[in-house]
Amino acid sequence: MHISEGVLSPAVLAGGAGLAVVGTAIGLKKMDYEAIPRVAILSAAFFVASLIHVPVGPVGLHLVLNGLMGLLLGWVAVPAILIALFLQALLFQFGGLTVLGVNTVIMAAPAVFCFYAFRGLLRRPGTPATVGAFACGATAILLSGLLVALALITTGQAFLQVAKLVVLAHIPIMIIEGIITLFIFLFLKKVRPEMLEGIYA
Amino acid sequence: MSAIQEPFAEGASAAHRLDPRAKVVVAALFAALLAVAQTYAVVLAGLALALIWLVLARLPLKKVVARLLVVNSFIFFLWLVLPLTYPGQVVWRLGPLAATREGLVYTGLITLKSNAIIIALIALIATIPVITLGQALQTLRLPDKLCHLLLFTYRYLHVFEQEFQRLVQAMKIRGFKPGTNLHTYRSYAYLAAMLLVHSYDRADRVFQAMLCRGFRGTFYSLRTFSWRRQDGFFLALSLPALVALAYLEWGFPAFLRG
Repeated sequence: MHISEGVLSPAVLAGGAGLAVVGTAIGLKKMDYEAIPRVAILSAAFFVASLIHVPVGPVGLHLVLNGLMGLLLGWVAVPAILIALFLQALLFQFGGLTVLGVNTVIMAAPAVFCFYAFRGLLRRPGTPATVGAFACGATAILLSGLLVALALITTGQAFLQVAKLVVLAHIPIMIIEGIITLFIFLFLKKVRPEMLEGIYA
Repeated sequence: MSAIQEPFAEGASAAHRLDPRAKVVVAALFAALLAVAQTYAVVLAGLALALIWLVLARLPLKKVVARLLVVNSFIFFLWLVLPLTYPGQVVWRLGPLAATREGLVYTGLITLKSNAIIIALIALIATIPVITLGQALQTLRLPDKLCHLLLFTYRYLHVFEQEFQRLVQAMKIRGFKPGTNLHTYRSYAYLAAMLLVHSYDRADRVFQAMLCRGFRGTFYSLRTFSWRRQDGFFLALSLPALVALAYLEWGFPAFLRG
């Protein structure tokens, strides 16, 4: 979920922007010029994948896949997500300029966390990798939901109920993302294992 | 039809013809200022300023309104919850629900702020084609790698959208009907995975093609930005307006009061 312009307090906006700058700097440092086409084309594919609407009962939820992005890119996921969010703000006016930092942290911090938290599990063959892939997709969404809630609550106590609803709304997305990430992981492992080499590095 | 478009980028209005660098700087300052503003007077004045820019851009009104409605979904959600949960004096009751005056005032402020910023961004930033914007950001000294990443990502968005449509069509031809079941989720996962695999292969080919053409880590742009008199006017009118907004919000800074 994107937080809109004009909602968060200056302190939260500044904090988010600061963290996003640091994360982006680390990501850019780890990405050499030769990797730019690979990262950019992958990030374009992720952008398009987020246009897929998955039916859950009566509503359609769009895919986020930030867990998978972390899995494939590690720290480089931060600039890739920043660019994707920037393009969403430009093309659809979703999110925005002043909240770009906060929204980047909301999506990218869980991606990087999941990369380090689950890559050990994903390296192992059989069931552990399957469990790891599901956990990676689900945890990334859960953490994103919690970060949205945190950004809202630190803006003002008045947002407490809104924040609770936001976290609740993330629970179905979490399960769907877990399942989808799991199937994508198994598919890539079978079809193009070299795409997953980041987790073995 | 493609979902990824730049509906506002084309045009020959005054706002379209301004130097993108000037527009980026003014829009960024405006957005930052309004995001920090806490008073109705400043936010309303900001909204007026944004509307002036929107008039200058002469965009199709229907499209702008339609876009604003979609973008306000988070704000609608806030209206459903915030007035009912904000502590303060109760002004309206419906069964167990009670809206407070402070809640309504606060949610109203957020709504105006949010829309003022979005309107300004539509008028000033969405009127720049993304490619031009990438080059403008580069001349504004953003990291090279980040600008390249932006340009490259944008370049391949359309390619993968077409790829995506092709795959969806192939699924439909084979009688795929989405529903709430594991088969649907698996099919969509394979669809996304196939997109990623195609992107990986294409990235390889693109990079090899770049090496063949002597790529050495820099892009050379044939485009040069030229500063014209209108850009000077735009800055000369916009920057004082922003200063006035800041003055309205905070008054004179201490060191100027004397």
